[in-house]
Amino acid sequence: MTEPRGIPTSIDATLDLLAGADYVADRSLATVLFLGLKMKRPLFLEGEAGVGKTEIAKVLASALGRRLIRLQCYEGLDVSSAVYEWNYAAQMIEIRMEEAAGKVDRKDMERNVFSERYLIRRPVLEALTGKPGAAPVFLIDELDRTDEAFEAYLLEILSDFQVTVPELGTIKAEEPPIVVITTNRTREIHDALKRRCLYHWVEYPDAERELEIVRRKVPQANRRLSAEVVAFIQKLRQIDLFKAPGVAETIDWASALTELDKVALDPETVSDTIGVLLKYQDDIARIEQGEGRRILKEVKAELSTAAQ
Amino acid sequence: MSAAAHRSANPDGRIADNIVYFARALRKAGMRVGPASVVDAIEAVLAASIGSRDDFYWTLHAVLVTRREDHETFDEAFRLFWKSRELIEKMIAMFSPVALAQREKQKPRAAEHRVGQALFEAHRKQQTEDPKPEIEIDARLTVSGNEVLRAKDFAQMSADELAQARKAIAQLRLPHDEVKTRRYRPDPRGGRIDPRAMMRSAARTGGQLMLPRFREPRTVHPPLVVLADISGSMSQYSRVFLHFLHALAENRRRVHTFVFGTRLTNLTRQMRHRDPDLALADAALAVKDWAGGTRIGDTLREFNRLWSRRVLGQGAVVMLITDGLERDDVTGLSEEMERLRKSCRRLIWLNPLLRFDGFEARARGVRAMLPHVDEFRPVHTLNALSDLCASLSAGRAGGVDVKRWLADAERRAA
Repeated sequence: MTEPRGIPTSIDATLDLLAGADYVADRSLATVLFLGLKMKRPLFLEGEAGVGKTEIAKVLASALGRRLIRLQCYEGLDVSSAVYEWNYAAQMIEIRMEEAAGKVDRKDMERNVFSERYLIRRPVLEALTGKPGAAPVFLIDELDRTDEAFEAYLLEILSDFQVTVPELGTIKAEEPPIVVITTNRTREIHDALKRRCLYHWVEYPDAERELEIVRRKVPQANRRLSAEVVAFIQKLRQIDLFKAPGVAETIDWASALTELDKVALDPETVSDTIGVLLKYQDDIARIEQGEGRRILKEVKAELSTAAQ
Repeated sequence: MSAAAHRSANPDGRIADNIVYFARALRKAGMRVGPASVVDAIEAVLAASIGSRDDFYWTLHAVLVTRREDHETFDEAFRLFWKSRELIEKMIAMFSPVALAQREKQKPRAAEHRVGQALFEAHRKQQTEDPKPEIEIDARLTVSGNEVLRAKDFAQMSADELAQARKAIAQLRLPHDEVKTRRYRPDPRGGRIDPRAMMRSAARTGGQLMLPRFREPRTVHPPLVVLADISGSMSQYSRVFLHFLHALAENRRRVHTFVFGTRLTNLTRQMRHRDPDLALADAALAVKDWAGGTRIGDTLREFNRLWSRRVLGQGAVVMLITDGLERDDVTGLSEEMERLRKSCRRLIWLNPLLRFDGFEARARGVRAMLPHVDEFRPVHTLNALSDLCASLSAGRAGGVDVKRWLADAERRAA
């Protein structure tokens, strides 16, 4: 891991930081990111699946040389798997040992049994261990998957950056972590939590930016192929599919086509590899029934006029 | 607010005031912007230091917008409010100490006034739209695909009705209405060991005595999503529905309410009003297609595409309240119903027309929808909320056997 770096000092510096780590961001995202870092506020990123929300946290961690701590949310996530847990087996043994040694002092035993040695740190507690200037990046991924009870608990953590372990006392972060929260909007997150964060809706990138992303992520892809791929997907997002392809799908498709040694799109290739892009049968059927051909024709026509 | 602004700006500076006015305008336009976010906005502007108009826009956006739906409102308000090019430049000037001397005192005031006028005018225009006269048509057993936009005025709920409604809801027991979560609660007769509680109680006796403690998975109500038909053929029931939906939203945590006629409207926010009359009045304003035509297939499609992934998580139960009278064209209806059923835990269809004899003959929409519901329930009289609750609470016996009903319909049609 590289040395921890300080936070960028302006919006432009933030843009450069992201570009240096191969993340092509637009200015609005850089602004929010910069504000989040500067005001020490959690970032709340919402958007369709596959637009690069999780990636932001990863890029931020690697660009700033910080540790990335990830908390993947799921239904039923509770304190013992998100914050901390005691190592019960070891505690039992400790009690037996003390008994065998003949010690029965209650205070002593309590102190020994509930000591940091037997504390198993889970992501939230880990995230509070940052030293000044090297606070970790704390990614709370897919918050909408967990239930409201955990959300309420998170509210407490995000406002004070401290956790109280009843047996041990309060653990407070020396420097609050850089928090990135992502959701896919399968459920509305409560306003109180959103209010504490800086909100940003991560949009699908425009054609120019998406082309730049493909160039960076799939450098071996043919220039013409990547232009066609991006134009095709941009058009695909305009028809109302059940699930429009995200940037992740664009990258996957471009690398899949490159692996197949394609230099340009043709109707057969599109229908053979459409499974990389679309994941719902209705959508696939619709594209196969001719709409795919129509879009491809339009893309070819537009690109050839642009080339002239 | 002023404390934050004064930290680095001239005390006569207008930027903080302007942000406050801007936030107030946003609040008037329906966004939820509290005083705390205004303080945040000022701090954010100070942190980012105004460079270009774009940066200023996104800085305020980051703090003041918390829902994607609000983006448009913010965009429009920003365009109107921060319209004057000189205003922005003046603000930049306000932040740089050199320019302070030349700043005139009167100009920003004028700009404020003008923008305020513009904003309030837009606001007034929205309000003065005349409510169209209410037309009551009893359109039972009729069906229309035409979009008729109509306003609706509901009679206020009497105290007596309110008390009855609360009572009925309290007695409401939906079938299959408890789901196990993966969280636990202490329970002396529970089936699982609770090591943490054991350790704590063991510490109390100094480890001399270690007694087993138990816990049980906690159960909760799953989210409930109600899709209610408010088209002409159902118009006489809509008041009862809305009372039902309001009482339900008051009692349970996760209730999402949608109504549809020719278009789909999400009433969840409106139904959160504590007062039922206010909630109903809000709902009446929000819905544009009271007692119009029906497009069940199209609205279900819209629901599936835009909302199902947002509200059907965590094992939601869907309650569909409609007479199933779709206009002639039923293509796509069956597919949309199938998708709806596959994305929720249980689909309950509540039909107030099931009691009429002449029902089956015209029920092409019903036949398209019926194979895809888990439960099909009649409501005998929908004049009171208690009837609705009673028919929902009835166990399996209250429902209709979907397969047999379909077979009967086929036979009679043949």
